[in-house]
Amino acid sequence: MMARYLAGRLAGMVLILFLVCLFTFLIFFTLSPDPAVLICGKTCTPDRIDQIRGVLGLDQPFLTQFFGFLGGIFAGRDYGQGANLVHCAAPCLGYSFQTNQSVWDMVVERLPVSATLAIGAAVLWLLFGIAAGLLSAVKEGTWWDRAGMGLALGGSSIPNYVLALALQYVLVVQLQVLPFPQAVAFGDDPVLWFESYLMPWIVLAAGYACLYARLTRANVIDTLAENFMRTARAKGLSPVLTMRRHALRPALTPITTIFGMDFAALLGGALITEKVFGLNGVGKMAADSIAKNDQPVIMAVTLLAAFFVVVGNLVVDLVYTALDPRVRITAK
Amino acid sequence: MSELLIVEDLTVTFPTTRGPVDVVKGVSFTVGRDDTVGIVGESGSGKSMTSLAIMGLLPRGARTSGSIRLDGAELLGAADRDLRRLRGDRMSMIFQDPLSSLNPYYPVGLQIEEVYRAHRGRSRRAAREVAIAALEQVGLPDAGRRADHYPHQFSGGQRQRIMIAMALVCSPALLIADEPTTALDVTVQAQILRLLADLRRQSGTGMIFITHDLAVISSIATRVLVMRRGEQVEYGTAEQVFAEPRHDYTRMLLESIPRIDDPTNDGVSA
Repeated sequence: MMARYLAGRLAGMVLILFLVCLFTFLIFFTLSPDPAVLICGKTCTPDRIDQIRGVLGLDQPFLTQFFGFLGGIFAGRDYGQGANLVHCAAPCLGYSFQTNQSVWDMVVERLPVSATLAIGAAVLWLLFGIAAGLLSAVKEGTWWDRAGMGLALGGSSIPNYVLALALQYVLVVQLQVLPFPQAVAFGDDPVLWFESYLMPWIVLAAGYACLYARLTRANVIDTLAENFMRTARAKGLSPVLTMRRHALRPALTPITTIFGMDFAALLGGALITEKVFGLNGVGKMAADSIAKNDQPVIMAVTLLAAFFVVVGNLVVDLVYTALDPRVRITAK
Repeated sequence: MSELLIVEDLTVTFPTTRGPVDVVKGVSFTVGRDDTVGIVGESGSGKSMTSLAIMGLLPRGARTSGSIRLDGAELLGAADRDLRRLRGDRMSMIFQDPLSSLNPYYPVGLQIEEVYRAHRGRSRRAAREVAIAALEQVGLPDAGRRADHYPHQFSGGQRQRIMIAMALVCSPALLIADEPTTALDVTVQAQILRLLADLRRQSGTGMIFITHDLAVISSIATRVLVMRRGEQVEYGTAEQVFAEPRHDYTRMLLESIPRIDDPTNDGVSA
């Protein structure tokens, strides 16, 4: 049952990724300016453009180019011929038109930055969002609840870049409690590493924390009104056990789903936060490549984001079947 | 022998935007040990609020006056700690809809065990044995295995049996059954009624049986309390109430029961 289910889901995932690939490729094939002209630069001759076209295979029909790209991911591919031959080992995502760097190497280099940002922010927003939501729900209707939820509504309305600039101005410029964020490895200077990531974490987490606080509050209030909560009280269970065992699990399980999706999307890069803080993550790579029409890089970040979303979906569904006994896997 | 439960002049008031509303107005009745009292009334008559007041489970904001004594101890105004000690142990309650009354996230065995552990404080293993015995007692086949199943894996009748097992696991002196058969099929209703009556007789538990169905009451209760709009319109032994109802409303309720020997009954039963 489980094996059949997984096989079906994996086949679906591959199909979705293939279609994402196809459509992204199609968009650039039909809409973007000639990459050969972009690469050629200022000192350009028609001969040189033709030569670049030949090396990159841009003179080939669409499907040949497309399957050349797909084949490169799984088997690697060769650019050019004879003495000019360049072998791009699998997984080959091509070379950046801007820097000639291997796109796969760029992804490998930047993914840890985005992952670090996403993980740190997720810890913060889960911690504060759920705690605030729980408190508000338990103290429903009090001033604490109203102030907290008002703040959450306001917080989720502030754009990331505004909060980022405001934080930088206050913490770095005025109070000087934090250094300006720097690209430093954890191993080289853990303290500076932490201080550099702290503001991006807070900025990225703020919006999610506000959203999760409201979500948690609503779920807990709904759960507290359930008949089984009345049963738990009628059984004479302590308020702590009633809350911890009977209310929390039903109230928080749906949040797992949303968290999985949000987190997966962030692994594909947090565009604005990375850009504002100059973090060299996948998000900044996406923003830069779009600005410069760097087609191989755009293909890579699009595929990467789609990959994380699709995998995140599967993980969420599997985790949900473990958390909610009413949901069971049935193979189609 | 003294009475088990004495309710005197119980009034329950809710604050509303249009001022306080009395949902129970001066209700008095007693439940003896080894006795069943039926409370009958339509929706909104205050019968469920009366039972919740006894359990100390009224919604926040409700105010009460009068007196409710269980084994001579006053329950109205008692500290929540003390009430908690009684709930599930000395008095317990079964609700109308067994599916929503059980937590869907936990196996039914665990949900019975936790009552026993809360009041007897014994080990998980001891509690599990007691829980399985309770499930066997209510006639659940293969109780040892089914204790690990979740509420949605049982039928409606089985779920109500599980609720009964949960309510009786600490051998309470008082059991309140609030419309326990309303959500069930007619054939299952009869089985659950018989089970409740049998278990009550074996354990000598006092029972309050709440229903809107007088026909059900006639088969199970020794005393009957009829309520309407929060007021007590009739209270007496079952024979009295059925044979010579003093109030028009009771007479009306009695006449609404379809009877098999009634010539006006055209065979369409309610």
